Amino acid sequence: MKNVCKQDLMAMNGDEAVAYAVKQADVDVVAAYPITPQTIIVEKFSEYVANGEVETEFVCTESEHSALTACLAAAVTGARTFTASASAGLALMHEMLFVTSGCRAPVVMAIANRALSAPLNIHGDHSDTMAQRDSGWIQLYVENAQEAYDSIIQAFRIAEDLQVLLPAMVGLDGFTLSHSLENVNGLPDEVVKKFVGVRELPLVATHEGKNAPFKLDPEKPMTMGPIAFPDYYFEFKRQQDEAMKNALSVIQRVHDEYAELSGRSYGNGLFEAYQLDDAEVAAVCLGSTAGTMKTVVDELRQDGVKAGLLRLRTFRPLPVEELQKALSHAKAIAVMDRSLSFGGNGGAVFHEIRHVLYDAATHPFVVNYVYGLGGRDSSPKELRVIYEELQRILQTKHVEKTINYLGLRE
Amino acid sequence: MSEEWKFTAKDIAEKPDLFLSGHRACAGCAPATVLRLIMKATRGPTIVTEATGCMEVVSSIYPYTSWAVPWLHTAFETAAANAAGIEAALKIMRKKCKRKQEHVDVIAIAGDGGTYDIGLQALSGAVERGHDFLFVLYDNEAYMNTGIQRSGGTPHGAATTTSPAGSIVPGKVEYKKPIAEIMLAHEMPYVATASPYYWRDLIAKARKGLEVEGPAFLHVFAPCPRGWRSDAAKSIELSRLAVETCVFPLWESANGKCQLSTPSKLIALAPQKKRPVSDYLQGQGRFRHLFTPKGKKMLDEVQSRTDERWQRLLKKCQET
Amino acid sequence: MSSRGKSWKEIAPAGVCSKSSTTFLTGDWKTYLPLRDLEKCTRCLLCVIFCPDGAIHWKPEKADIEFDYSFCKGCGICANECPTKAITMKLEKE
Ligand SMILES: Cc1ncc(C[n+]2csc(CCOP(=O)(O)OP(=O)(O)O)c2C)c(N)n1
Ligand code: SF4
Ligand code: SF4
Ligand code: SF4
Ligand SMILES: [Mg+2]
Repeated sequence: MKNVCKQDLMAMNGDEAVAYAVKQADVDVVAAYPITPQTIIVEKFSEYVANGEVETEFVCTESEHSALTACLAAAVTGARTFTASASAGLALMHEMLFVTSGCRAPVVMAIANRALSAPLNIHGDHSDTMAQRDSGWIQLYVENAQEAYDSIIQAFRIAEDLQVLLPAMVGLDGFTLSHSLENVNGLPDEVVKKFVGVRELPLVATHEGKNAPFKLDPEKPMTMGPIAFPDYYFEFKRQQDEAMKNALSVIQRVHDEYAELSGRSYGNGLFEAYQLDDAEVAAVCLGSTAGTMKTVVDELRQDGVKAGLLRLRTFRPLPVEELQKALSHAKAIAVMDRSLSFGGNGGAVFHEIRHVLYDAATHPFVVNYVYGLGGRDSSPKELRVIYEELQRILQTKHVEKTINYLGLRE
Repeated sequence: MSEEWKFTAKDIAEKPDLFLSGHRACAGCAPATVLRLIMKATRGPTIVTEATGCMEVVSSIYPYTSWAVPWLHTAFETAAANAAGIEAALKIMRKKCKRKQEHVDVIAIAGDGGTYDIGLQALSGAVERGHDFLFVLYDNEAYMNTGIQRSGGTPHGAATTTSPAGSIVPGKVEYKKPIAEIMLAHEMPYVATASPYYWRDLIAKARKGLEVEGPAFLHVFAPCPRGWRSDAAKSIELSRLAVETCVFPLWESANGKCQLSTPSKLIALAPQKKRPVSDYLQGQGRFRHLFTPKGKKMLDEVQSRTDERWQRLLKKCQET
Repeated sequence: MSSRGKSWKEIAPAGVCSKSSTTFLTGDWKTYLPLRDLEKCTRCLLCVIFCPDGAIHWKPEKADIEFDYSFCKGCGICANECPTKAITMKLEKE
């Protein structure tokens, strides 16, 4: 790439990379509450504040519920806002996640993905964010610390885009990414500041008949967060769905623009296809697992197996058409879920990918692998089994088990 | 603090309402009067945020709004966290020249449910952090919006739909939480109680709460004719009787110094003026069962607890 | 309520309100109407202050108060609090 700017190579873990991105993004208000494995983000950012390295109002709240609420309120006051959480903290925010998206407050939140109690478990899986998939937030999942850094910066642009105006969460796998040291390339401060820009606000009609920037402003008063009866509520929800649709192209555009700047890209911004073009057996996964999966694919390719991988980066909005195009030629697909929808026949990603493929004329076999709950590791050897099973399905044209639990003691 | 604001009834009457007519509160709703008067105390640019509850609902039924100032509602337990976020945003954006340099006052309003109960944690946190805002509790002593359920602010003996007066249990058995004292224990800059009948005192206290730097808490007594089963015309009268019986004494504490406000101070100086609680309780359907032979015990309890709390307050205000 | 509401494409996002409640008249809620005896009224303004609905206005140009019956809900607070008993509540139909 031609215009790639000079960057600093730093050794950082995923949490530090997130905090560093937030430091550079000209954020006005950060309100947060600590929880493992996200705590490093809050701590690191507190250091920036204590050392006067950021022009940010840091509100160290008494709970995650208030942290998100304060971000929401600050965002509708016109501020750029950020918070971070995980697991129980995200669950405690549940109510306010919906209010935030409903109020069209473009809060950006990093989630160091972690399992939910009980039993208590501090390790990585996707139960926390998957449980919030219908809360109206954009959801990006990253593969490594570098992508965490890049995605947080992009998330501000995506969330604040006038065609979107929705909150966005960026998920990085707890411990695997949040706590592991990696080499991370950081853009210069002024480049990031210019990339994120100054927050623009849409004009909305107020009850005083004015067209005013969408914020709480005594000069042009507006009423936000009213009660809407059945005569109007539905219309507001339809607007949110449309904004999600708009986000699909905005995510790609922002991703591409950022790629020009940094020289780093993640597929088309929505997902990354690895050896997928001619793949007969393919897996779909999210997050850091993709790293190991890619080496498994490489091995299989050496053995002559047409294996491929799709790493889904954007889970909300779900890129339905794009996924269909990318996956429909594969003959057998394994969808990997790092969370469970109890009693729902598999995990969330499986449900959605299967839904995407329902309209594909090729009608591939689609099976589900639930794996890694509560931070359980999956070795390359175990992951290879997935592809072997897909090959078996292709040979026999028969699916023995649709829902599989990888690495579980039976 | 700046010089004390002096105002006449005419000043108040002439100042345009910021809480507008056309809201859907029941006829005779004292919380509505309270909000009108609080908004008369504003001194300049102001943002209001409100918790879920009667006053939020009746004033923001889409597409209508009764708010002439910028206004935000997010949830039931979040009034103080909203205020914290708004205040933080105003502060930093002023500093970064992303907003006008003028000062903007922030008022958070919540009912007793949104204050004593579900909103207490956020309130305590925001006060501990020292955000500059005025928190107004309009206390109608139950969850009215959802149909008159008990709260931590419902008084002893009151019948609500979740503390009904039955043949065994005579209304709410527990006592009202001393919320203003709980807030006082936060060692915050300003805490006061007020009652709309004493409108001048109420407006002056709201203004002080705005003027003080840091958090201020104003506990306003606010009769609800629907939930109290009282005559709509008597809402303001009840707010006087509650003070005259010392059920709801008026006091304030600025920077840790507690003092009785005039209406209660007069009672402290002339104890014979203190009226029996029955004068206040009688007109209310929620206490009807206290005026039966079986209810006598509870009525006596209300009186003795009121006396105890009054004595404790006198001590606190060094009136004894 | 609006007879035919706007579509989702036409309304402001997030439920930003588009009308002031001063265009929503609550005057038809009342059964009783406050009537004032001009002789007895001392223009003390207490009724203006206590009215929950902001339905009594002080008109400096007339040096008098005025009821706005399009918002008055007929609660009777003004009559109850008037120090000179200048206000009486009458059945509206009469
Ligand atoms: C988290 C949550 N729980 C319950 C409710 C239901 N709810 C809405 S308002 C309310 C009671 C409000 O009571 P209060 O704060 O006293 O205000 P009031 O309606 O009495 O003026 C309740 C229980 C809610 N909106 N949110
Ligand atoms: S129920 Fe009570 S507080 Fe609610 S609007 Fe009616 S009178 Fe007011
Ligand atoms: S309260 Fe009575 S005396 Fe005072 S202005 Fe109103 S009507 Fe006149
Ligand atoms: S009757 Fe009630 S609503 Fe009507 S003017 Fe008097 S106080 Fe206001
Ligand atoms: Mg209440």
